[in-house]
Amino acid sequence: MELTGAEILVRCLKDEGVEYVFGYPGGAVLHVYDALYQQEDVKHILVRHEQGATHAADGYARSTGKPGVVLVTSGPGATNAITGIATAHMDSIPMVVITGQVHTWAIGSDAFQEVDSVGITRPCVKHNFLVKDVKDLAITIKKAFYLATTGRPGPVVVDVPKDVTAQRTEYSYPKEVSIRSYNPVLKGHPGQIRKAVDLMLTAKKPMLYTGGGVILSGAQNSLTEMTRMLGFPITQTLMGLGAFPATDPQSLGMLGMHGTYEANMAMHHCDVLVAIGARFDDRVVGVVKYFCPEAQIIHVDIDPSSISKSVKVHVPIVGDVDHVVKEMIRLIREDKRKPDPVAPMQQLAQWWDQINEWRSVNCLKYDRASALIKPQYVLETLYRLTEGDAYVTSDVGQHQMWAAQFYKFDKPLRWINSGGLGTMGFGLPAAMGVQLAHPDATVACVTGEASIQMCIQELSTCRQYGLPIKIINLNNRYMGMVRQWQEFFYEGRYAMSYMDALPDFVKLAESYGHVGMSIDKPADVEPALREALKLKDRLVFMDFITDQTENVYPMIAQGKGHHEMHLSPERELA
Amino acid sequence: MRHIISILLENESGALSRVAGLFSARGYNIESLTVAATEDPSLSRMTLVTRGSEDVIEQITKQLNKLVDVVKLLDLTEGPHIEREMMLIKLKATSTARDELKRLVDIFRGHIIDVTSSTYTVELTGTGEKLDAFIQAVDSDDILETVRSGVSGIARGEKSLHV
Repeated sequence: MELTGAEILVRCLKDEGVEYVFGYPGGAVLHVYDALYQQEDVKHILVRHEQGATHAADGYARSTGKPGVVLVTSGPGATNAITGIATAHMDSIPMVVITGQVHTWAIGSDAFQEVDSVGITRPCVKHNFLVKDVKDLAITIKKAFYLATTGRPGPVVVDVPKDVTAQRTEYSYPKEVSIRSYNPVLKGHPGQIRKAVDLMLTAKKPMLYTGGGVILSGAQNSLTEMTRMLGFPITQTLMGLGAFPATDPQSLGMLGMHGTYEANMAMHHCDVLVAIGARFDDRVVGVVKYFCPEAQIIHVDIDPSSISKSVKVHVPIVGDVDHVVKEMIRLIREDKRKPDPVAPMQQLAQWWDQINEWRSVNCLKYDRASALIKPQYVLETLYRLTEGDAYVTSDVGQHQMWAAQFYKFDKPLRWINSGGLGTMGFGLPAAMGVQLAHPDATVACVTGEASIQMCIQELSTCRQYGLPIKIINLNNRYMGMVRQWQEFFYEGRYAMSYMDALPDFVKLAESYGHVGMSIDKPADVEPALREALKLKDRLVFMDFITDQTENVYPMIAQGKGHHEMHLSPERELA
Repeated sequence: MRHIISILLENESGALSRVAGLFSARGYNIESLTVAATEDPSLSRMTLVTRGSEDVIEQITKQLNKLVDVVKLLDLTEGPHIEREMMLIKLKATSTARDELKRLVDIFRGHIIDVTSSTYTVELTGTGEKLDAFIQAVDSDDILETVRSGVSGIARGEKSLHV
């Protein structure tokens, strides 16, 4: 039977196993919305702004490992989606974005709501397509999902002109697809893996540095097994948190600009660095010439272009993290130099003594006696009350760093934040995607009064679909991270970082039909969180009025090495 | 260092802009770029001349390989290779200078492919250096127009870039 392009599009999504499509209708996609309306397999979530659709699909993808799907109209629908597409691209998140386009005969005529979507998204997608013939539609959608989810994942845009959604053709969804120019490497080079294992087993001061690639590869179990087998210290990037349990004694926490003292010092002094699924981002590396000056570096990554991009490595291994780590485990097991299975940390006792000395600095210490609410305390309490098992999304800034430091993630797919692009406005819509994917889970959106206002309209979407997200608004009346930099590097000239004319967030939440709470005393933090977490079926907006001058520590200033961290003044008092 | 990178890419609309966009987005320079379909109409062959340190060239080839439309590539400068560029150049050729110009074209093994009472149009093929030398050899006041194709290149011997 012949189907229209619109029907084919919806059937493709169903056959691809898509549960939710996040979108917003408009002229160019009306046929598609009509097809969506006449079926029940693929559920559509109506957002309030297309940026929200992309972030929600992104949150869904990050918390499930499955691709997020977005449907928007041409022109402004597509341009509004760009920020979310770029966010997913920077963090390698699988996503398929279907954009409507004007009729094929109108393309290039500056038609109403026309924009060159393929051109405008080109720099921030893994790949994109313009479908000019309905006969190419099903195969293109198949290719889009294949590209988005394999190799180094990423967003793929499919631009579909309106007349293509009206044309008819026979439908069959291809079972498999191959693209001659696209063959991601899965298995690492055996010789290189052997070389890496040799280095690892002879290291005196080894260090594991792991990133988001471990989570994308689903390699948390093999990574945990290998780390415990080796007894090595491990630090994880902002994107990698949860792949190895943060509460394990071998975990040194996050590294980089706001990483822990012990993680950064261990990086600086290690003799063998094993980088796995991490990309030597500038917020991790700082100044290349000061980075791990004594280390032989092993780098495992599925993307060859990530290897030796900023930091030269000694043993590059291109391959899927899970494949490579499993192969490393096999080789370590066979090796007579392997650590004692009962006490693997024993033979690195000197290194661990040094690390524990750095640990004793207690770099995350903050003032617990303050009469003002310390943001760290809110997050510590959230962690304790949710027993570390919540899904936590965040926006971007100080609150994001505190969440990464104080919420100890023991499981992957729980920590959802915009690491690479640093997109304010990400947290709330991402939480919608997470909550839809995990309806019974506690989903907390850690945000600030500046970030939350960038996608505040999504409170309406949350109401429509009954999403009981817990919003932790750390309200310091400043764009905190901007203020922190201005305090440190601009002699306290707080240019435009002050948030004036704030709404009454309690009333705002209530006007959207949610529960609002305002908390301004440290003693009220725990009772408020307890009460909010009890409201299982309601969105609760908790407005915590926090200490305006709190800064994120430790901090590596730009141009400094890992060993030159600023520690908090609190620690010096101790 | 100057590198000549040969690329086989899908002959699809937008493929060229993916390559050009990559260079501008990452701040790599393009000295010249030529592209046309091959004997297999589904493929285009591109020759791209760029400059950069070894690290930069390594990133360029990796980033190019990452583009889904790039089927295969080869850095020709890594081995023995042949490079050619074609130039069409229109020169003032008035009665007194015509013979001298004709001799110069012969010396460079060029061809005069169009003639008027006051101009010669010359076709010249060779390396970029040879074309530069010809331009140097004629009086700059006599050059009315130059059109250069950019470099095309191929590996020497039995090595070939194909699918």
